[in-house]
Amino acid sequence: MIKIIKYILLDILRNKMVLGYAVFLFAITFTVFSLEDSTQKGLLSMLNLVLFIVPLVSVIFSTIYVYNSSEFIELLVSQPLKRSSIWLSIFVGLAGALSLAFFAGAGLPMLFYEPSPTGLMLLLMGLLISVIFVAIAMLAAVHTRDKAKGIGFAILLWIYFSLLFDGLVLFLLFQFADYPLEKAMIGISALNPIDLGRILVLLKMDVSALMGYTGAVFKEFYGTDKGLIVSLSVMVLWIALPLLYSLKKFNRKDL
Amino acid sequence: MISANKVNKSFGKLKVLNEVSFTSNSGQCIALIGPNGCGKTTFIKCVLGMVVPDTGTITVMGKDVASGWQYRSEVGYMPQVGRYPENMQIGQVIEMLTDIRQSNKTIDDDLISAFALKALYHKRMRTLSGGTMQKVSAAIAFLFGASVLILDEPTAGLDPVASEILKEKVLAEKARGKLILITSHILSELDELISDIVYMQDGSILLYKTLNALKEETGETKLSRAIAQIMTNKPS
Repeated sequence: MIKIIKYILLDILRNKMVLGYAVFLFAITFTVFSLEDSTQKGLLSMLNLVLFIVPLVSVIFSTIYVYNSSEFIELLVSQPLKRSSIWLSIFVGLAGALSLAFFAGAGLPMLFYEPSPTGLMLLLMGLLISVIFVAIAMLAAVHTRDKAKGIGFAILLWIYFSLLFDGLVLFLLFQFADYPLEKAMIGISALNPIDLGRILVLLKMDVSALMGYTGAVFKEFYGTDKGLIVSLSVMVLWIALPLLYSLKKFNRKDL
Repeated sequence: MISANKVNKSFGKLKVLNEVSFTSNSGQCIALIGPNGCGKTTFIKCVLGMVVPDTGTITVMGKDVASGWQYRSEVGYMPQVGRYPENMQIGQVIEMLTDIRQSNKTIDDDLISAFALKALYHKRMRTLSGGTMQKVSAAIAFLFGASVLILDEPTAGLDPVASEILKEKVLAEKARGKLILITSHILSELDELISDIVYMQDGSILLYKTLNALKEETGETKLSRAIAQIMTNKPS
């Protein structure tokens, strides 16, 4: 399995996309931190960038990569290799390359300017979200045979998680404004890894007072160690569930 | 060494394999023939585990295809249309496969030298012509000294010299007691290679006989004539 990972990583790194992504993140991170006089503000801008761009690049790059390596997958499947280890190697290769690009591009300057708990939390969230969206992309790619459809599906998922979901939550909040929804909001926020990441970083920034009563409830739950462990486990579940489901699909797939 | 038991496979509504049962032993060289779309390639892909049958079991050298993968180290496969990572060079693909398979058998590079592939090692897969791609596929299929060889239309696209080289190689491997499964539409070239014949139509095996028995029954000396007679006299 390590050998397959090696070949996949080599193949991804030969593709200049990932390098370009790292350079792009590096440029943006440096610009943001040099523009703002307080690094806290810089971190806030970074948060929005990270939660918007990282999932997008992660999901689209991974979907396209899986489709483009269909020949490679076909070749490997006819060799004495386990199907699961082929699929997991692709996942590890993609997740490794994209996390590495995020760490080198955004992580290193962030550690340089803002090595605080907040900065570390943002770094962790960026890495987790990169990996989560690789898993989601692989699910989209295994589901449809058609490349255009698969990429469209992946983009749709990204739009849902980064735009539509918040709209739906707002709609819910307004419709049921008469009911105490604060506790339920904790559960609902777990349904979207991007929101979960945003809440965890914002709570570290001590601006949760701006979020009103819901913010206080969030602080009470996510602010504790127990809440942190629960939310990190939820994010790990966001990696594991799509990955395992796509693995199950791939094992039965006709090539 | 390959045996299939009541294998069924449908793609959507289309039934591609219908209760296919089949056994074969080492030393046989079997021609799998039949009209286009009769399920030959699907059956081969089932044997390789690339297509998962709906029902039925296939075993290769006694090992179940569905649960194992180690058996594939004893299978050499030459696909009908070779599909390789486009931006890899020929040499890199061969090196990678050697690295992944890690067979403790000696590498059989007869075909690499016979096709003079070493001179093309630096060429990227996407720039290759169809014939060169077939040569690479053939060389890879024979490379690891596998005891089961599956060749899906091996000579389609090869020039006469190359297909003659490939035929010689098949005969040599047959003499070593390997099981060889060939699909082809060019019956005349199968005459000298095969020992048995399987005729498939609409996803079922209609006929499985040794070449000699078939020729005796039909009274023909050429395989193409014998098959033509079977096809026209087929009980409907």
